[in-house]
Amino acid sequence: MHARHKLLIVDDDPAVLELYRELLSHLPSQPEVFTATSGPRALALLKAEPFRLLLCDLKMPKMDGLQVLSICRRTFPDLRTVVVTAVENEEFRSRAYALGVDLFWLKPDTQQNMQMFLQCVEALLGMANDSGFRGVQSKGLLDLLQMECLAQSSTVLRIRRGGLTGQIWIIGGELIDAETEGTRGEAAFRRILSWKSGTFENMPPEPSRERTIFKPFNALLLETAQVLDESVSAPPAAEQAGQPNQHNTVWRLASLTRAGADYVVAMDKESGGRPEGWGTESTDELAEWIRVAFDAAADISQKLQTGPLLHAEGGHANHRFVMMPHEHKVFLVGWPAGAAKHTSFIDATKQLVASWDS
Amino acid sequence: MGFLGLFSSRCSPDVQMLPSGSLTVDRDAQILASTVSSAVSEEVLHDIGSRVLQLFRQARNAQIPITQLTLNFASLQITARELRGGAMIFLTPKHSFNVSPRQKA
Repeated sequence: MHARHKLLIVDDDPAVLELYRELLSHLPSQPEVFTATSGPRALALLKAEPFRLLLCDLKMPKMDGLQVLSICRRTFPDLRTVVVTAVENEEFRSRAYALGVDLFWLKPDTQQNMQMFLQCVEALLGMANDSGFRGVQSKGLLDLLQMECLAQSSTVLRIRRGGLTGQIWIIGGELIDAETEGTRGEAAFRRILSWKSGTFENMPPEPSRERTIFKPFNALLLETAQVLDESVSAPPAAEQAGQPNQHNTVWRLASLTRAGADYVVAMDKESGGRPEGWGTESTDELAEWIRVAFDAAADISQKLQTGPLLHAEGGHANHRFVMMPHEHKVFLVGWPAGAAKHTSFIDATKQLVASWDS
Repeated sequence: MGFLGLFSSRCSPDVQMLPSGSLTVDRDAQILASTVSSAVSEEVLHDIGSRVLQLFRQARNAQIPITQLTLNFASLQITARELRGGAMIFLTPKHSFNVSPRQKA
């Protein structure tokens, strides 16, 4: 017997709460429906036990719906959220989506709208958590490659992760080549396999592709899986002491040079551990600026419910810099003003940052 | 009363609006001029001003030459240009401006 999902509705009108409780408890998945008449009460319930879905009104006294959603996004990132409101306002719709809500719905006023609304809620309750590669959820690249090789396929797998693209050539179930970020062969293959999520597509096979990988696919997959496991379970002692290992340093300096950036400083968002810097002598000073800027952005975001900081950009005539949160880190990348001629500094930074920790 | 409440909630939303406009602050983040709606409290604008000035000051300490700074949030963009000591700050909400089918009807 499958566990029933828990669903929480927040609205300051008890009559509306009762109506929704009645309607939603009859959904096919029969969720457990909880109600709260205020934002603080809802947050207390969310802290007490895990919920699958939150339905939130916007206009509520003391703490409005956007404030509740803003807190939920930070505190319960896996919670799915729906705004159900009578407020028809494009700004609120945009902000709600900016806060990461799954659905913004005007309070249903016809039988047909109500039916559609219930179907959407049912779909959100049943949706699996996002992981793995789009199209084959919960499957990593290793699984995908194994499937292709065991099926003795001939294909080119094109994999995208953020601004990065990699390709793996398979002919008759044999891995023959891989390419990403200017590298080819086994090095590129290992690099691509370290990406934990992204999208992939199957391209037509290219039998004329020059072969650079000669190991059997099983040996290569095993080797790579072992390296990945080791890197996850035991970070190198040198890195723990604040000295990135030699391989990473060489790779990162090469990325920096290839992109044409002046420097990169990276630090953890939460732990405030020792920052890492490449191409600069002022790592600590720059890291301090990142910390101040990130705190300022978090403060403004919380006060105004603007959604998360996507990036900060600044500089003067000869120098530009971009600060960008990425996964659990914040990066500051400095650029000479003439760099990034064919793209924006933001796009160039996105690409550099995506390749940094993969 | 609940019946009346349903109607009033449609015409007077009291969800906090995003500030829009520009403001000029001096070196102490006191507001010298502002085109931002008076619905936004002066305290909030002062906070934004002081945070921005702090970032300019901290950048000087970190030896980052900076005359302009843009903070890009999911639904608001804040652009600040340094003046002598103070700053001019532009607040630009990101609206989709799409007319929903209900509004068209």
